[in-house]
Amino acid sequence: MKKYLSFFRIRFTYGLTYRAAALAGIVTQFAWGALEILMFKAFYDYNRASFPMDFSALTSYIWLQQALLALYMVWFFELELFDLIVSGNVAYELCRPISLYNMWFTRNMATRLSKAVLRAFPILIVAVLLPEPYGLSLPKDTKAAFWFLISLMLAFLVVIAFCMIVYIICFYTISSLGVRLLTSAISELLTGAVIPLPFFPEKLGKVVSYLPFASMQNLPLRIYGGDILGSEIYKGILLQVFWCAALVLTGKWMLSHALHKVTVQGG
Amino acid sequence: MIEVTRVTKTFKVARRSAGLKEALKSFVHRQYQEVRALNDISFTIGDGEMVGYIGPNGAGKSSTIKILSGILTPDGGNCLVNGKVPWKERVEHVKDIGVVFGQRSQLWWDVPILDSYELIRDIYRVKEAEYRKNLSELTELLDLGEILRTPARQLSLGQRMRCEIGASLLHSPKILFLDEPTIGLDAVSKIAVRNFILERNRQHGTTVILTTHDMQDIEALTKRILLIGKGKILLDGNLEEVKGTFSKVKQLTVQYSGAVPKMAEGMRLSVKEQEVREQSLSGQGILTIQVDTDVLKVSEAISYLSSQTEITDISVAGASLDDVVVGLYKQYEI
Repeated sequence: MKKYLSFFRIRFTYGLTYRAAALAGIVTQFAWGALEILMFKAFYDYNRASFPMDFSALTSYIWLQQALLALYMVWFFELELFDLIVSGNVAYELCRPISLYNMWFTRNMATRLSKAVLRAFPILIVAVLLPEPYGLSLPKDTKAAFWFLISLMLAFLVVIAFCMIVYIICFYTISSLGVRLLTSAISELLTGAVIPLPFFPEKLGKVVSYLPFASMQNLPLRIYGGDILGSEIYKGILLQVFWCAALVLTGKWMLSHALHKVTVQGG
Repeated sequence: MIEVTRVTKTFKVARRSAGLKEALKSFVHRQYQEVRALNDISFTIGDGEMVGYIGPNGAGKSSTIKILSGILTPDGGNCLVNGKVPWKERVEHVKDIGVVFGQRSQLWWDVPILDSYELIRDIYRVKEAEYRKNLSELTELLDLGEILRTPARQLSLGQRMRCEIGASLLHSPKILFLDEPTIGLDAVSKIAVRNFILERNRQHGTTVILTTHDMQDIEALTKRILLIGKGKILLDGNLEEVKGTFSKVKQLTVQYSGAVPKMAEGMRLSVKEQEVREQSLSGQGILTIQVDTDVLKVSEAISYLSSQTEITDISVAGASLDDVVVGLYKQYEI
């Protein structure tokens, strides 16, 4: 365990060295969140009743999404890992007495957390101070807050387990660009990063809600806003646990298969 | 103890000729060519041995190292390193080995070297006392000192390579694989690295397997060489013996004034006749002559030359290890 902690630590401190990037990220996310809310406000002003989510639940959704961007965005790939695989530097990683999957999983957790820590708090604080209904409201009750935290952690694991599969695919495809673009585009839509999943057409929304993408940011953010309640919460959490296990197992299997036929590139 | 028996490895390589038409053709139907990187390789290396693994580019040196370090799985054959099969028991196996890939880096780019070292310490679970001891020893022998507090990106290649070698030895491995450890280093760094490897072998009995194109590395470090070419072990033997068979030819460099001397049997001019004729017009010049000592002794060659012309300067050189290797490559047609 200590080696993973140590690995986590170096990656975490690594992430903290890039201050300018964090500052730029905060500004971007503020602008993006504000634009999104203004756009939805225009829609809501036109006809409030025809939308599936409460406006204040929606603004909470958007602010949390912007604050926790680093945790949930599938396209926050660690480019260094792609480089390691494509250039063949993965050779050194394979010389370590440690499971490659666990090492990379930890590494991803650390990178995302270090980014999130720097960016989340300024956004959260300002969003809480914004006037109703534009700001971030507190969760309805302690129960919602509790399940929000649980599902937050699970979602984090699901995202990383999914990303791991994308990294591993690069052992086969030589270039990482294609997989990266494809998964970024698909996940951006299906996780509810562009518009929340309740805004999807009903039949499509039903199907999407069972995909692993719905177990990412969709669930915790909607539990927080009170959009998902009661037994729906447990169902969602169970689905998250299922996807987490399924993706991790798939990833581990793919990696061991890849390593057996891996060609370390470049001499 | 390293035992390699009948290891083979084949790579599939997509090949096509240049040009758009060929590119389109290969888009529809790709032709693969099987490249036998390793073809029935066997050898044994004892504990504490230092072995030079040489061969031209693409001979299969790095593939062998990768198989021995558990990164690559061979298609056939077996391999035991200290009783373990590297690719089957990778995690257990790599605890006992250190690997340096001269063309790659294991150090974290943006943080001081010490951070990378501490991470390696934790990954290998090196005890604090052992780590301290190794670190101070490495710092002294590799002259690391201040370098350790600098981020890897701000180090010169030589400094970084010294740190890379240090990083591979923090966990006191029993076997050290060095894949071109002196590539791109200046003379001073090369000598530092070589001395260090020697010292390590002497004090700790570390087994060292070295691949390199730098024959001075081989000369300074190893007694035994393995020659590989086209995926096969062509020669496994004592360095001095190999040199002996190839240094039958001595090279004479003669500066003369007067007539151009004629060559006797067993003597061969290394320059073209044309140039010699041009030189002879001025009545003086330099000749480089290969003398086959089986046919003619060096002293006989010199007296034969001096009987024909006036020699103002002369030097005799044996074949260098580079020449030996070129000779070997030629002999085995690789």
